Amino acid sequence: MENLRDLYQEVILDHNKSPRNFRKMEDPDGFAHGNNPLCGDQIDVYIKLKDGIVEDVSFDGNGCAICTSSASMMTLAIKGKSEEEANALFGSFHHALTEDAEYPDDVPLGKLKVLTGVKEFPVRVKCATLAWHTFDAAMKKLKGEITTE
Amino acid sequence: MSNTAQYDVVSIRNDFPILGREIHGKPLVYLDNGASAQRPVQVINAIAELYENNYSNVHRGVHTLSQESTNLYDDARVSVRGFINASCVHEVVFTSGTTDSINLVAQSYARPRLQKGDEILITHMEHHSNIVPWQIVCEQTGAELKVVPISDKGELEMDRFAELLSEKTKLVSVVHVSNALGTVNPIKEIIDAAHAIGVPVLVDGAQAVPHIPVDVQKLDADFYVFSGHKLYGPTGIGVLYGKEKLLNEMPPYKGGGDMILSVSFEGTTYNALPYKFEAGTPNIAGVIGLGAAINYVQKIGLGAIAAHEHGLLVYATSKLQEIEGLRIIGEADQKAGLISFVLDAVHPHDIGTMLDAEGVAVRAGHHCAQPVMDHFGVPATARASFAMYNTFKEIDVLAAAIVKTIGMFS
Repeated sequence: MENLRDLYQEVILDHNKSPRNFRKMEDPDGFAHGNNPLCGDQIDVYIKLKDGIVEDVSFDGNGCAICTSSASMMTLAIKGKSEEEANALFGSFHHALTEDAEYPDDVPLGKLKVLTGVKEFPVRVKCATLAWHTFDAAMKKLKGEITTE
Repeated sequence: MSNTAQYDVVSIRNDFPILGREIHGKPLVYLDNGASAQRPVQVINAIAELYENNYSNVHRGVHTLSQESTNLYDDARVSVRGFINASCVHEVVFTSGTTDSINLVAQSYARPRLQKGDEILITHMEHHSNIVPWQIVCEQTGAELKVVPISDKGELEMDRFAELLSEKTKLVSVVHVSNALGTVNPIKEIIDAAHAIGVPVLVDGAQAVPHIPVDVQKLDADFYVFSGHKLYGPTGIGVLYGKEKLLNEMPPYKGGGDMILSVSFEGTTYNALPYKFEAGTPNIAGVIGLGAAINYVQKIGLGAIAAHEHGLLVYATSKLQEIEGLRIIGEADQKAGLISFVLDAVHPHDIGTMLDAEGVAVRAGHHCAQPVMDHFGVPATARASFAMYNTFKEIDVLAAAIVKTIGMFS
């Protein structure tokens, strides 16, 4: 179990215990529901966007430690960022976990780096990316794009 | 535990090669039998021998291999008949599994009989495979799906069952042993009540047949369905038992080879039972493997297996109840084979990963029973499910791994 420390680092356990921006947002500009039917993780992501800047972002729902802490860290990472910056961070984060070339690896991950240990646990990658996909879906909905997420 | 003295779990374990594996440097403790059990060497060898010595298509050729394969295939059906005590061999229809069996009954038995205003009665503790086929047939016919609620202990509310069962009910479909809760339902009582007003009953026995002796005649079940892979047999093979009279009244479910007597473009004569429902080249190795699994289970004895597993269940329940912050989901008086649980501090998904690091395989998720999860207000549970080869020592490993998990997350 000790080798799981790479997966469940202190920072992750802390975010799991006390997730940041864990609240339903009244009157959000963007909203999406994320669901992983395989394991039952469900989260809602709420966005307030002003002049292309993510003014506020929050989430609620129910997920495992990886899912919850990743969502929590995501809100901290993208709050105050421009839409493009947030998207670039999504790309880099996704790329770091999946090495999927479709996601450009353009920007440094900063504090999100702590989650890259998940890469060694392929079945858990979806837990870590659920919040980001939900955020992405909320942004696309906000802009009227059709999404299959 | 009086049977434990004669019950040689060590020699049983030696029959299962995979149990010798290590996971992350720890001995495998396989407690995900509810999802799928492991296979003894007798099953593995039966399949290997078939392919090495006897294999050909069945019910086709006059050559030696075809006859040998056909004999082995037919022998397996005889084994299944004996296992569930069907009154005749042709009441045993091979399908791809429990899900396939239920869909067959939904489409071939229920659909032609259902009209708007009719009802199908199921329960709140069904697996998705005993919910969705009925939703589909209800959509097709305008019939309505009624659901018997469950109590907080995880037992059927039998007084509500009595109220919901009516002249509108055209079929009752109920699980024998709940995969998410372990509850053993009072199947005989349910069947008797339904039959009293002429309603047939399908019993989903996927989680029952590995753990408790089943006699379809004694139960008077109209349909009884189960899968091979939870019974130490291969995947992709399952059984539909149906009363001869009902099966004869049903139209074929799929068309193709082997299910016909003669075909012309003017019309086709269907084959007799059970072949009417077995279109196409069947899962020959799966059937023969299932036969070998049943022979193995019967050699050990389901009574002895049930007694051993009951001992494991009682022991595991008391060990897990001692753990602070652990809540057992499903506390029916009659339970078989498994414990679902949640921890205050740790999501089931994380429990699954943590226990895996200790070599312990459990299921974490909604167990394809989302309505059950909703009832208990949990998104998912962790589930330890037992088989004939599990030991009391393995329960200790499970309990210790759970305690360690809580320690890491607190």
